[in-house]
Amino acid sequence: MKKSYNPTLIHANSRVDKVGVEERVARFQTRSIKNEAKKQGLLMVLNMIDLTTLEGKDTPGKVQQMCYKAQHLHDVYPGLPTVAAVCVYPSMVSVARKALGNSPVKVASVSTAFPSGQSTREIKISDTKYAVEQGADEIDMVISRGQFLAGEYGFVFDEIAAIKEACGKARLKVILETGELCTLDNVRIASDIAIHAGADFIKTSTGKIQPAATMQVTYTMLMAIKDYYDQTGKMIGMKPAGGISTAKLALHNLVMVKEILGNQWLSNDWFRFGASSLANDVLMQLMKTESGLYQSPDYFSID
Amino acid sequence: MEVLKTYKIYIGGSFPRTESGRYYPLLDAKGNTIANVSLSSRKDVRNAVVAARKAFGGWSEKTAFNRGQILYRMAEILEGRKLQFLEELKKQGSSKEKAAREVQAAIDCLVYYAGWADKFQQISSTVNPVSSSHFNFSALEPMGVIGIIAAQETSLIGVVKFIASAICGGNTAVVVASEELPLCAVTLAEVIHSSDVPGGVVNILTGKLSELAPALASHMDINALVKESLGGLDKPIALACIENLKRNITYQPGTEHGLQNITDLQEVKTTWHPIEHIGGASSSY
Amino acid sequence: MAKKNPTQMQTDWTYAPAPESTSHIRLEKKYQLFINNEWVEPSSKKYFPSINPATEETLAEIAWANEADVDRAVKSARKAYKEVWSKMSGIERGKYIFRIARMMQERAREFAVIESLDCGKPIRESRDVDVPLACNHFFYYAGWADKLEYAFPHKIPEALGVAGQIIPWNFPLLMAAWKIAPALAAGNTVVLKPAETTSLTALKLAEIIKDSGLPAGVVNIVTGFGDTGAAIVNHHDVDKIAFTGSTHVGKIIQRAVVGTHKKTTLELGGKSANIILDDAPIDQAVEGIINGIFFNQGHVCCAGSRLFVQENVADLVIKKLKSRMESLYVGDPLDKNTDIGAINSKEQLDTINKYIKIGKAEGAEIYQSECSIPSRGYFCKPTIFTGVSQSHVIAQEEIFGPVLTIQTFRTIDEVIQKANNTPYGLAAGVWTDKGSRIFNLTTKLRAGVVWANTYNKFDPVSPFGGYKESGFGREGGLHGLSAYLK
Repeated sequence: MKKSYNPTLIHANSRVDKVGVEERVARFQTRSIKNEAKKQGLLMVLNMIDLTTLEGKDTPGKVQQMCYKAQHLHDVYPGLPTVAAVCVYPSMVSVARKALGNSPVKVASVSTAFPSGQSTREIKISDTKYAVEQGADEIDMVISRGQFLAGEYGFVFDEIAAIKEACGKARLKVILETGELCTLDNVRIASDIAIHAGADFIKTSTGKIQPAATMQVTYTMLMAIKDYYDQTGKMIGMKPAGGISTAKLALHNLVMVKEILGNQWLSNDWFRFGASSLANDVLMQLMKTESGLYQSPDYFSID
Repeated sequence: MEVLKTYKIYIGGSFPRTESGRYYPLLDAKGNTIANVSLSSRKDVRNAVVAARKAFGGWSEKTAFNRGQILYRMAEILEGRKLQFLEELKKQGSSKEKAAREVQAAIDCLVYYAGWADKFQQISSTVNPVSSSHFNFSALEPMGVIGIIAAQETSLIGVVKFIASAICGGNTAVVVASEELPLCAVTLAEVIHSSDVPGGVVNILTGKLSELAPALASHMDINALVKESLGGLDKPIALACIENLKRNITYQPGTEHGLQNITDLQEVKTTWHPIEHIGGASSSY
Repeated sequence: MAKKNPTQMQTDWTYAPAPESTSHIRLEKKYQLFINNEWVEPSSKKYFPSINPATEETLAEIAWANEADVDRAVKSARKAYKEVWSKMSGIERGKYIFRIARMMQERAREFAVIESLDCGKPIRESRDVDVPLACNHFFYYAGWADKLEYAFPHKIPEALGVAGQIIPWNFPLLMAAWKIAPALAAGNTVVLKPAETTSLTALKLAEIIKDSGLPAGVVNIVTGFGDTGAAIVNHHDVDKIAFTGSTHVGKIIQRAVVGTHKKTTLELGGKSANIILDDAPIDQAVEGIINGIFFNQGHVCCAGSRLFVQENVADLVIKKLKSRMESLYVGDPLDKNTDIGAINSKEQLDTINKYIKIGKAEGAEIYQSECSIPSRGYFCKPTIFTGVSQSHVIAQEEIFGPVLTIQTFRTIDEVIQKANNTPYGLAAGVWTDKGSRIFNLTTKLRAGVVWANTYNKFDPVSPFGGYKESGFGREGGLHGLSAYLK
């Protein structure tokens, strides 16, 4: 059966009081993560990172370096996990695919005329199909914010559903670009549209717009995931992207996921961080807990 | 042949006789009967409180402007009935000059509180700058049903000032008139009745203070009691008020009345609501 | 170098204990009475233990003041009032109060830790709520001391004299601040009695008062039980009684002062309604319910203990509420991750358990979160009752614990009537997205504080106090000054 936009399902719980959200988020930030819990949390964070490069000046060499880093985060520290995925433009998918070989690290590709999404549906579909053919395991699409803000929710819904179809077996992450949605109520509505239209993951941002993955936004999206799970029993993944550059902030995000959705979401099947500089800060924190010494960035490779 | 007036009580916009059927004769200085006055009972208090409670919702929700207009209307009607009050005051022992001063004071008092109705709130309310993203304000609200024991040494002004300050702020009232000088209170009821004051907003009883004051003080559905000091009766009244933590407001006789008489019968309500800051540099979102 | 398959990562993530350090706090073994800026032995020679409700261990021995001790304290307050405090300029008085505020801020963490030890409340609350609010309260009223003539139109501000103040155990330091700060700003001197189970932070405050150089006798702190409080209430030379506590004791106090010149302020009990309409921001409303009833273990006079949910969203709200309750951590008050700490005393735990028993016997359906609670100390699981009606005892009487009753309603008129159908009138909560509806409800609810789309918010500038049997007078803000002025 073809999915279609159903306003009564999607707008059932779209009222969000921002001040209340800020208070709730502040509570997560007062959680104190110490000792073993901290170490385990940091390892989980590493394992949830989508190591990302999305620049016009990206080269095959840079992507190859990043793919190596994805599997060898910091070899002086034994037993580190890999990251979850590398995230690149469609043109770099084949390079990444080749560099990763049999590694468990996934290849994610942005698509749909990323980052603005200002193109036709045909082009967005072919963009997606191309990335999948090149070997992408995951597709990170952007929604049409213009249409969303104009109230054309049906258009947004249908577009996501069409891209989902074009993905085939690849998992679909839907980027809401929350920095352009103006209110948390809109974030909630966009989340519900994406989830109902077939998103496997919902994702905050492209990383090109500020603000990006604030905890308020991530909280709002997690609540949409929770409500959908409570209604249907189906799990949806979450990916905050952009702005999470410190281990502390990443741990606060994990706390939030744990307390809203439970431990079953604490794997990279269901939670990701879209980030480029986060990994090294986490590594520094891990080395600090291991050695007791505060670390210098000069001892951690930048790729 | 003079047609004598029957002094009845005033409950819920009607003029019944006391349910008890009792009366007490009011005598002049020479010992002649001026009038037979209703000797109200505890049950009359009960009926009056029911009427006042019923009237509270509508009266408290009227606009302040409207309450002011109605109080001013009371002043107009009282002005028109000046002679009747002068006569009654004289009957009850006032000199002509004293009676004239008292009637004028009563009219002025009504005009005075008519003007306060839509102003006291502005003076007594605050916007409170809390240290969080909330809008917070404190405003006054009427307490509810007020028991009023009229100032005993006057017949008119001692009842007018308490009624006016209570209803000006949206309260309704159950009033016990001066025991020795009850006539003007009953005639005032007629003024009230013809002044667009909804039935039940003001209820006026006559009778023995020793019987009615404790009944008011102990009634669980009266929110506050207003009076001037009654000497030995003060203490038992204060104790009875504690049963429902009734606000017990006692003024020393001769205290100037004014804004305080209104605000003493108001509760302070503080309301909070979040403020969402959207967009721009100030937004953390 | 081992490469783990991402799917093999361990996911059962639990927080390690994160106890706040107690190494920097200073507690005496034995505390004397604080009279005339001296630590004096009680003439009773009696002491009683202050217990840590989370461990049942004794924290310190506290002096038990009798009538003679109270008399000494009142005399010292009277002398300070007559000779020093009433003659001092407002700006000078204010400077002392500012200084106390600053010294409290400097020692904030110590206060927070001691408050959590003595009272059982989670360190997160004592650190983030109680102590900062207490400091800010002094800071706010300090600035009033030289501006009293601006407070009330047509009133010449005049202090009352000696204020006797009796405070409860739920917010020990904060209540001391609520009482002392406006009294001093208005020019009164003070005899304060903390609750017997929670004297320690008031006594630490006494240390600061002494260190601040506040003139001797301006603030006196006498510790003890109900008899100590009664001695204050009955003392002929006290001009003002300010009490926060139960309605029952409030009425006893009010009776005791009848026929005297003493003014009273009573901050009493409550059974406040928290109302969720179907157009509310539901997830924030659920947070408001949690904050309304489980903040400070429910030991809050304005706790949103009666929840009213519009019937068409009741199932959803209750489901979300239950789910949210599961993420509350109950346990060691000093652990930074604890959401719900210890019940203040065995006595109070017994009271709460009695009501839980009554609720079950009345046929209401109980739900408690599945958390584990420590085997030692006084703890109570977060508890909600559904299927409650207005006539149930648990919906009428103040439980003063983490116990919520839930009723549903259909129309707004119905819920206004039910919310107001109580002898109390302290606070209320309203949750709806519609502005005009908010104002309808906030106007019609007979309560001194109404929180719309929020709950349990406090601020020094915000007047607090109740209608009806929740007491009279306001504390906080401009209106809070009038309690201490003629």
